[in-house]
Amino acid sequence: MDFPIFHLDFAGNRLLIAGIAVLHVAINHALAVGAMPLVTMMELHDLRHGRPDWDRLAYRTLAVCFIITTSVGALTGVGIWFATSLVNPAAIGSLIRVFFGAWFAEWIVFCLEVVAITTYFLTWKRMGHRHKRAHIALGIGLSLLSWLTMAVIVAILSFMMEPGSWTSQRSFISGVFNPLYLPQLAFRTPVAMLAAGLFALGLAFFLTRSERGLRAEAVRLLSLWVVAWTPLALAGGWWYRARVPAWMLANMPVALATQAYQGWYRDIAVALAAMGAVVLAVAAWGAFVPRRLPRAALLVPFCLVLVMLGSFERVREFIRKPFVIGSYLYANGIRADAVPLLQEEGVLAHAAYVSSRTITPANREEAGRELFLICCTRCHTTSGVNSVLAKLTNLYGAGPWDRDVVKGYLRTMHTVRPYMPPFPGTEEEAGAVADYLLALRRMPAELDGAQTAGVRVPPDGAPAPGSR
Amino acid sequence: MSPLPAPHDIPLPLPVSPLFLEVAIVFLFLIHILFVALMVGGSLLTVAFEIRGRRRPDCDTLAREIAATVTVNKSLAVVLGVGPLLVMNVFYTVFFYSANALTGAAWLAIIPLVTAAFLLTYLHKYTWERLADAKSLHIAIGALASVLFLIVPFVFLTNINLMLFPDRWTSVHGFLTALVLPNVLPRYLHFVTASVALTGLFLMAYFGRASYPVEGVFREFDRRALRRRFASIALGATGLQLLLGPLLFFTLPAVGVSWALAFNILAGISLALVAIVLLIHEVTAPAACLGVRYLAIATALTGTVIFMAYGRHLYRERALEPHRAAMAARTAEFGEAALAAQMRAKAGIHRTKGEVPLPPGEQVFKSICSACHARDTRLVGPPLTEVDRIYKGNPAALIAWVKAPGKKRPDYPQMPAIKLTEVQYQAVADYVLSPGH
Repeated sequence: MDFPIFHLDFAGNRLLIAGIAVLHVAINHALAVGAMPLVTMMELHDLRHGRPDWDRLAYRTLAVCFIITTSVGALTGVGIWFATSLVNPAAIGSLIRVFFGAWFAEWIVFCLEVVAITTYFLTWKRMGHRHKRAHIALGIGLSLLSWLTMAVIVAILSFMMEPGSWTSQRSFISGVFNPLYLPQLAFRTPVAMLAAGLFALGLAFFLTRSERGLRAEAVRLLSLWVVAWTPLALAGGWWYRARVPAWMLANMPVALATQAYQGWYRDIAVALAAMGAVVLAVAAWGAFVPRRLPRAALLVPFCLVLVMLGSFERVREFIRKPFVIGSYLYANGIRADAVPLLQEEGVLAHAAYVSSRTITPANREEAGRELFLICCTRCHTTSGVNSVLAKLTNLYGAGPWDRDVVKGYLRTMHTVRPYMPPFPGTEEEAGAVADYLLALRRMPAELDGAQTAGVRVPPDGAPAPGSR
Repeated sequence: MSPLPAPHDIPLPLPVSPLFLEVAIVFLFLIHILFVALMVGGSLLTVAFEIRGRRRPDCDTLAREIAATVTVNKSLAVVLGVGPLLVMNVFYTVFFYSANALTGAAWLAIIPLVTAAFLLTYLHKYTWERLADAKSLHIAIGALASVLFLIVPFVFLTNINLMLFPDRWTSVHGFLTALVLPNVLPRYLHFVTASVALTGLFLMAYFGRASYPVEGVFREFDRRALRRRFASIALGATGLQLLLGPLLFFTLPAVGVSWALAFNILAGISLALVAIVLLIHEVTAPAACLGVRYLAIATALTGTVIFMAYGRHLYRERALEPHRAAMAARTAEFGEAALAAQMRAKAGIHRTKGEVPLPPGEQVFKSICSACHARDTRLVGPPLTEVDRIYKGNPAALIAWVKAPGKKRPDYPQMPAIKLTEVQYQAVADYVLSPGH
């Protein structure tokens, strides 16, 4: 309402964030948080058993991780920030004000992490065998720093799902120690280790092409690593899963939501069990008959871990609806406490970027378009992903739609679809949106965001609350 | 004059004192931009020396040595950029995000562009030997990375410029229209030239330090020659700023100009002149070793950069001050109005024009049931005429169904259970089954 609306009308804004975020999480968990302790462990293996071939393997694994994390990994991290500040500036702007301290601390840890990984990588050969212990100590420090950056960011993620006592206390500490924090951390940590083990296993096949003996040993050791972390990942997932619906059921009054979430609940249990079984089977195979493990067999558990991580991320995104910050800010970037005023006086009366503050017979559809852009497009496109026309067609069929029925639905949808925010405007504004949707259905047209169409400002400029 | 946009601020207090944020923004940004400059300038010089290296092997070695610094500096540039970005986000929330959205596609393109530039930089660095026989290709990889590095500052500068002028926001339609606003191009040229100057200064020290094994690396170049070479680069670039600086100053929109800004700029220029004189000495009569003179040059230019950075901050604050004050007033007013509306909502007072409170049954129907049911047409669920046929004279059965619906009709989605109070159940059932309805 207070920002120019960036909008992607085909792929949708959620997909933009999801795409960048999933890539970032996969790289961060598998190639940084999990891989650094793993590489350090391989280096330690050389020190203990005098195995320069292990040292070489560790160095090459680190090289791959270094190049990817310091380019794609680092930039997708910044990318999540860029994308969220385009898609939902009110949300990220609010989060930054609450979590400035956490983010600032994370930034400092992040700086140290980059310095540490650069030093760790670039001094590997220079420090040589004489300073091996010091170098391994550096690896341990780096592992801790990688984990710490994740630990901080998870606090913010779980806060978005369930602010806990923050909504009443509004303090930093109450925000950080929200109820979902520890379960989520207990889940992500072993999953990162697991993903790193699987990634390193796959990589080991490429890096040990000419060393059959080393390959068998590496497969065995890395498989054992995976076997060791799998039960912890399952336990963490179980704890997280158990905490999530407890909150959700308490807050969702309508039974439909319960049905929907029981579906998720089951899916997650199935995903967890399947992942556990397959990963354990493959890893056990690798541990006991390493020479027989086919390369392709590794892809399956790796993909499964990504799918499971992805479905947890998706649930995480889904269950916090209709809010983007629980009970404070709706997914469309409108604050819950502003809704009563907006429903009285109208979104048009208070929005910064609309062409008119009033609805006339001449501008109904245009006003509806602007309202749709403000109230709906953070999640819906016109005809692309999560298309509003497709949703309404599911409800009202292929025949003609009644404008008043659509309008009535806009006003009440949040009561029967609890993941939808309430329509924040007046009756008249809901009518204008209905007019726009019907016009759009007659003649589909691309809905341009501010990044191409720019913004308009009403002729009277700033609104004066209370003057209406 | 077209009316100004009237956004509200995010109504949460700043997490730390504004003074902390202002100091942080000036200094953290300076540290970030230093490494960005070393990355951009280093990338450009790498390519330039590699091209000269086709005739002179030592230049190729020099290019390779510079490339080794770029991959480290680029990692630091990114990670050190996150801090100032965070502070920008919290201190200029509405202005910054608005500019980002208005140039959204280009703003987002920074991510793939920088990623590609980084990967190309690694490729360039790690294929130096492998592509020795395909030198043109190798140079092309480095040059492509440089071009990408040169594109990215355009996007940043356009954003930083656009956020200062809300009066321009309505005239912007995408990145290109924001790019051609006055002042962006002069700022860009000023920045790129400064990057080359700073990189020259950095490489003077990098190759000139006593611990650098010049003899083991180069065939002909000695320490003094290298230092002199980079001193001339720093001198040339700093001298060029004497032209570009005034161009930048005189294209500045007037809104943020103040005497304090002029003082900062003059102080910066004076120190730059000192540095230029010292650099001329360094080029014409190089000192025996990196010493007092280098320290003096570095100190003078650091001073220049700090004065310029602080001036930039003063300009930004002054340009945004009226918008900020108006926004704060608007936000406070909106907050009070929103609070009053919340109170009214809690008390059940409806201020909506011409609305008479509905009887409870009709109210429940209109706010909940009507999402799926209409009088005599099928919506999501069956029409009330059918409901009436089934439950006529038996509201209890209707209530029982609403409390726990099952799946009855194969061609309809299943109805969700609706939770109401007992009074509401009764009222809505009576309303639905009432004869007049």
